[in-house]
Amino acid sequence: MTTKDTGTPWRHARGDVAFAIVNYAGFVLFALVCGYPFYYLIINSISANDLSALGDVRLFPTGIHLENYTQIFGLPGLTGSLLVSIARTVIGTGATVLASAFLGFMFTQERLRHRSLWYRLVIFTMYFNAGLIPVYVTIHTLGLTNNFWVYILPAIVQPFNIILVKTYVESLPASLQEAAEIDGAGIVTIFFRIMLPNMTPILATVAIFSAVAQWNSFQDTLLYITDQRLYPLQYRLYTYLNQANSLAQAAQNAQGDLGAIASAATTQTPTSIRMTIAVIVVLPIIFVYPLFQRYFVKGIMLGAVKG
Amino acid sequence: MSLTQGAPREVLGARVPPGTGPAGALTGGGRGRRRGAKPHGKTSPYMFLVVCPFLVLVFVFSYLPLLGWVTALYDYKPALGLGGSEFVGLQWFEILVSSRTQLEQIGQVMVNTLAMSFLGIATSLLPLFFAMFLNEIRATWFRNTVQTLTTLPNFISWVLVYMIAFSLFSTSGLVNTTLHDWGLITVPMKFLDTDQHVWLTMLAWSLWKGVGWGAIMYLAAISGIDPALYESARIDGAGRFQLMRYITFPHLLPTFVVLLILSIANILNNGMEQYYVFQNAFNREYIQVLDLYVYNIGMTGNSLSLATVLSMLKSLISLALLMSANAIAKRVRGTSII
Repeated sequence: MTTKDTGTPWRHARGDVAFAIVNYAGFVLFALVCGYPFYYLIINSISANDLSALGDVRLFPTGIHLENYTQIFGLPGLTGSLLVSIARTVIGTGATVLASAFLGFMFTQERLRHRSLWYRLVIFTMYFNAGLIPVYVTIHTLGLTNNFWVYILPAIVQPFNIILVKTYVESLPASLQEAAEIDGAGIVTIFFRIMLPNMTPILATVAIFSAVAQWNSFQDTLLYITDQRLYPLQYRLYTYLNQANSLAQAAQNAQGDLGAIASAATTQTPTSIRMTIAVIVVLPIIFVYPLFQRYFVKGIMLGAVKG
Repeated sequence: MSLTQGAPREVLGARVPPGTGPAGALTGGGRGRRRGAKPHGKTSPYMFLVVCPFLVLVFVFSYLPLLGWVTALYDYKPALGLGGSEFVGLQWFEILVSSRTQLEQIGQVMVNTLAMSFLGIATSLLPLFFAMFLNEIRATWFRNTVQTLTTLPNFISWVLVYMIAFSLFSTSGLVNTTLHDWGLITVPMKFLDTDQHVWLTMLAWSLWKGVGWGAIMYLAAISGIDPALYESARIDGAGRFQLMRYITFPHLLPTFVVLLILSIANILNNGMEQYYVFQNAFNREYIQVLDLYVYNIGMTGNSLSLATVLSMLKSLISLALLMSANAIAKRVRGTSII
């Protein structure tokens, strides 16, 4: 991201040099504390499995191999979990982006009767909810437990995103829409043909926030899903963290026919399986985040604007 | 609540630099701008029809559950449905205040909840100082690298945070094996499976995840401070720390106060994910915050109705807290915060 350089102007003096050293050192330390765990996961997932199981891979990958990534998908259900994660991220993000764009736009329209009442009702849900159990009971009654759509439907209308889009639309010139209206375009046409293309910057922010939330989501599976075929990667990783025994068994299964010829360095261990899944889960974030950092930053700045 | 159209807007009391897109445009306030009004200004039922499906979604997932509050009066069993469950009146409310063990348990849960919230509030100045000191660094590449690395943890799930904690701090994790290899310990130290320092450990993980990201808003606020202020203060002979103390800090304070008031309003809402993933048989007594407790007794302890009672009380108290926080903000700052 680019922040304007407004560092306090300073003169070169002995105290300033000492300050700079301490300051730089502090931030180097904090950045390492934040960054090293990710590096640790990655080097361990590609190092010799017998070494990583002992915790001996600390600074550099040793005995590099990619067997873990080819064998991991031999684990029962893992490919399915990857597909569930991808499906909920793609469908959920698409639905939220479209809904946020449409509602954010509609809530600026005076021709919508009781517009501010509807808007308040939507925004109020940001500050108030009936509670974990009543929501669970409702979702259960609707037949959405053990149903893929429980990942999508409750997440479609996001008040925060609607605020972002609405304030953005209000900053666009009103003449955009007026011109189309004079040409006789209906509200849906105006939305899709005129407004949507002009909203892309804010929709990128909405999309990136929503995609990360969907990819990372774990609590909805915990509450509403018992069917293993609907587990996303996050939940699969959590179960592996808590089932050391079944994991060792799974490790043997994953080995399959290769078991006989595999060396100690490529034999799957509980550690290697955990590390590899963790990297698969975190890699999209690591790659996507730096590229889209400015959208995240824009989101938090706009989000600070009152509804 | 000031959700009215055209109410004065501001970015949490911070000035946003011009040229940051819509945020900059917003600070001018949206007053007087009315979009999409047809010359005759009539409302159209068709407009409502196209919005309706989304309003139904909001109603179903956010307002319909309020009906679920009646389960507090039943001995609710999901398999039987509400019709088949026994009506018990205020039995759960009585249990809540009459049973001694229940009271003690809830007492401990409240202590945990408030402890985590207050520790969070006590450390809420850290992102502000992070931003102030990072701002003192001139090398842009260094600042950007630090920012990218320190905000990254905010974007991973709590499951992954626990995975990291597990691989670093379990008895066979990196820290224990390293200390062992260096001959500093002979018996692995228990960092995770212990009832010692649970609150501090939880605080440390939420700081690890949140400080870098929390600093972003302050950094943006700093870049909105008029450079002329610094120049004139420097001409008057102010040193670095005086500039930080008398110019940067006061400009960040309004943002800080708003976030502080909001976090006081959220004092009962710790969320459950962090505590759920770190929870185990050893630390359960100190890690159960209200949100986790409601989950534990409702979803695993098979008392959905008692959990509903707690959910309900929590929602109502939180709402009352938020309203009072908002009223305080209105009185102190002249504008509401929500």
